[in-house]
Amino acid sequence: MTTTFGAYGGRYVPETLIPALDELEAGWRDALADDAFHAELHHLATTYAGRPTPLTLAERFEPGKRIYLKREDLLHTGAHKLNNALGQAVLARRLGKHRIVAETGAGQHGVATATVCARFGLDCVVYMGEEDMRRQRPNVERMYLLGAEVRGVDFGTKTLKEATSEAIRDWITNVETTHYLIGSCVGPAPYPELVAELQSVIGREAREQVLAAEGRLPEAVIACVGGGSNAIGVFHGFLDDADVRLVGVEAAGAASLGTGRPAVLHGARSSVLADEDGQIEDAHSISAGLDYPGVGPEHAYLRDTGRAEYRAATDEEALTAFRHLARTEGIIPALEPAHALARARDLDAELILVCLSGRGDKDLDEALKALEKLL
Amino acid sequence: MSKTLVIYLMAEPETPELARAAVDGGADIVELGFPFSDPLADGPVIRRAGERALARGMRTKECLDVLARTRELVPGTPLVPMTYSALLEAYGWDRFADAVHANGGTSLIVADLPAGERPEVRRVQLVAPTSTDARIELAGAQTDGWLYLVTVAGITGARGELSPALPGLVERARRLVPVPLYAGFGISTPAHAHAVAELADGIVVGSRALEVAEQGPTALREYAASLRAALDAG
Repeated sequence: MTTTFGAYGGRYVPETLIPALDELEAGWRDALADDAFHAELHHLATTYAGRPTPLTLAERFEPGKRIYLKREDLLHTGAHKLNNALGQAVLARRLGKHRIVAETGAGQHGVATATVCARFGLDCVVYMGEEDMRRQRPNVERMYLLGAEVRGVDFGTKTLKEATSEAIRDWITNVETTHYLIGSCVGPAPYPELVAELQSVIGREAREQVLAAEGRLPEAVIACVGGGSNAIGVFHGFLDDADVRLVGVEAAGAASLGTGRPAVLHGARSSVLADEDGQIEDAHSISAGLDYPGVGPEHAYLRDTGRAEYRAATDEEALTAFRHLARTEGIIPALEPAHALARARDLDAELILVCLSGRGDKDLDEALKALEKLL
Repeated sequence: MSKTLVIYLMAEPETPELARAAVDGGADIVELGFPFSDPLADGPVIRRAGERALARGMRTKECLDVLARTRELVPGTPLVPMTYSALLEAYGWDRFADAVHANGGTSLIVADLPAGERPEVRRVQLVAPTSTDARIELAGAQTDGWLYLVTVAGITGARGELSPALPGLVERARRLVPVPLYAGFGISTPAHAHAVAELADGIVVGSRALEVAEQGPTALREYAASLRAALDAG
């Protein structure tokens, strides 16, 4: 098996896609070895995306601790997803592909993909579950404005799981012309590795910034985990720092690592919410970006090796942290990183780095309604 | 030489009788779909059939029971479960293949397990128009009895026209692989069957067969017979 992360990963996909994955892998190795690729990414990051993103000390959020926020919410389009979308768009152009398909849950990856397609003049089709289109309406409107075609997925859970399956089916059908711009560190090899590398800029910057601010490394790095791309990006900056704890926070109703089992979903073997027959189970989270029954295979590996630990936060805990950050720091986080914020407050560590993966404008409608019920 | 007709049916309680009807109509091989919740290679017809089967409780054990009952009704017909890796991962890769054989299965197709991966699970391999010559050779060397030619870059489902990619794929596979070649994906009408019979050694019909099976065994037998006649006229 083409396995990247211990017993996890692989390429569980129809034969039709294997040559495209081989081509992608070869193109990716070429790009990594090419200074011009790195120079182009750096140029885009600094002149278009808004890198480096700042590091903010959240002094009032949890006064007893020193919690630093890595401000991916300030990246262009409002979330870390742009790091990956920009990198893959440059790669797609190197591969001669002019049509892009993507899946999206919360809509942040869809917006990032629509953005880079507008920037580079690529055709863009985004698959999105109809339930997510309803609860993330502002992002749907942004994608339309950016010129993308948004295709609603009206079967199954009508969320990210089905949107991903439909994006893969589109890719199978149009593989000669199309690049599948997957949004997280999931999917068949080489996607998990490729997405992690493109997101690792978060961890590289944050490590330098914390060192500059504190003269030492954080005791813990904490990030939310749905598919796991912002977490893997920030973790990669600290993997070799054995004293730095890496903590991923899943939605309690979508805890693929906490309550899942080894299973195959969307082209990879990982830890998945599945029944004893291997059928995929539904996930539940108020946060559309975490509402996914699978997780990147590297996270399953990091869990098994003990290098990272994974915890859960409930919808209520995330909503409370969402409001608390707004009230104490003047920062409205997305509901996804609000899960990480919730666990950061009670983590037994003093100096903590939190990846604030996105901003919460998209969530206001849903979150305010839910907060009203909660209070 | 007579061309082979393969009919795909989703494993459900009614399937053994449907399989017998298909065989009565002239099917030589029956594929039995073991449903998976997230079937990446399947279009809407098979996906929906799988959703319904799962809603009716068709898990691996129930599917194996249907396989065994089908074996009793059509003792002489090869039966080939077609499923996804997730079911084998959960059941145990070797144990799954053993259970298929113990329940009367002849071979196995795993739609998302490409040639080269898990070679210990002996199965019918698939090749597609995008497959390189090297991958066709590998699939041919590892396949169990015949090679499944996916006629299009795409997912399962009936299509109006036969794929223009098929002749090239058949030509390459003939040159590289000594086993029978059966073509599937997008084949639904007697006219398709007739046209494919000029090229390949057999056809696999899935989505359209499922739709016809909804009308009962008699309709399925007649449909299979119409395909049989078109193949024989080739």
